[in-house]
Amino acid sequence: MTLLLGKYFPILVFMAIAIVLSAAFIGLSLLFAKQKPYAEKLSAYECGFEPFDDARRRFDVRFYLVAILFIIFDLEVAFLFPWAVSLWRIGAFGFFSMLGFLAVLTVGFVYEWRKGALDWE
Amino acid sequence: MLITAVFWIFATILVVSAALVVSARNPVHSVLFLILCFFNAAGLFLLAGAEFLALILVVVYVGAVAVLFLFVVMMLDVNFTQLREGVQRYAPVGATIGVVLLAELLMTFGGVRVAPSLATLHVAPIAAQTSNTEALGLVLYTHYVLAFQLSGLVLLVAMIGAIVLTLRDKPRARRQSIARQTTREVGDTLLMVDVRPGQTMAELGIFRPLTTLPQAPALDLIGPTPPVSADDATGRGDAA
Repeated sequence: MTLLLGKYFPILVFMAIAIVLSAAFIGLSLLFAKQKPYAEKLSAYECGFEPFDDARRRFDVRFYLVAILFIIFDLEVAFLFPWAVSLWRIGAFGFFSMLGFLAVLTVGFVYEWRKGALDWE
Repeated sequence: MLITAVFWIFATILVVSAALVVSARNPVHSVLFLILCFFNAAGLFLLAGAEFLALILVVVYVGAVAVLFLFVVMMLDVNFTQLREGVQRYAPVGATIGVVLLAELLMTFGGVRVAPSLATLHVAPIAAQTSNTEALGLVLYTHYVLAFQLSGLVLLVAMIGAIVLTLRDKPRARRQSIARQTTREVGDTLLMVDVRPGQTMAELGIFRPLTTLPQAPALDLIGPTPPVSADDATGRGDAA
């Protein structure tokens, strides 16, 4: 446990500095800046127009498709980390088991490539 | 000492932000609080010694899943005030689940042991001096190869399913063909014409519907083929 803390202590320090700094920025501006809130400051500004309608509307589902494909390859990479770290001890079987995994996902990759799911028009 | 302090900080922020996920009025704020939750949970994982899980939580959940949630929240055409009317209706279900979880927690803290020997049952004990990630890698790709390959198949199904469900092929859509873009020569699109002072377009033989020029190759790389105008002819502008 002490070893773990030693390794991650710098990150803790970074987090503390970040929290202190951001609190200082917001707090000081609250303390010293002139606050004149009124409704216009909160209203949406759309290049001088009144906003036409609500921003919540349907948009193309293909953005979602890109996000899902991203998640899938993200997970694939997540599997690669422990494999890379322990590769020197798991031998040829571990190596080829990962290659099989990658081959399965490459099938999917080729499918989406040929299908044009990665193309943008 | 420090670890305890850090634990309490993470745990407090986690619980508070989890409560805010449920109670925030704006769903986008809910998702942002969920991201804060993920970060704090990652911190707790780190404190528990599960480094790999902590970092994967940040990479996968914060980096991808939360983004997907944001997409869903912002994409769906839902009326959020209408959505909140269901809170009363679904409250009993949520409360039941909450009570069950609370009971489990109380049992854990109350010292109820369903299987006392479980603590000593390690299928794959972690050897000393191996890091978390390495210990995972030592068994995942060899002992649990079937589960590992099946997870690959699940990912494949997810990929193909997402494509089948969402990809609509539009044959008339203009697609970018990078190979054609990069192999395009200047001479394919640009015609250099010497213009004497006072010469008109008609004398040059350039009319707006191209009739007299040599047949230009069809270009649909970026947009409709721009007609060769006087600007293009003098070499000033090739927008493409």
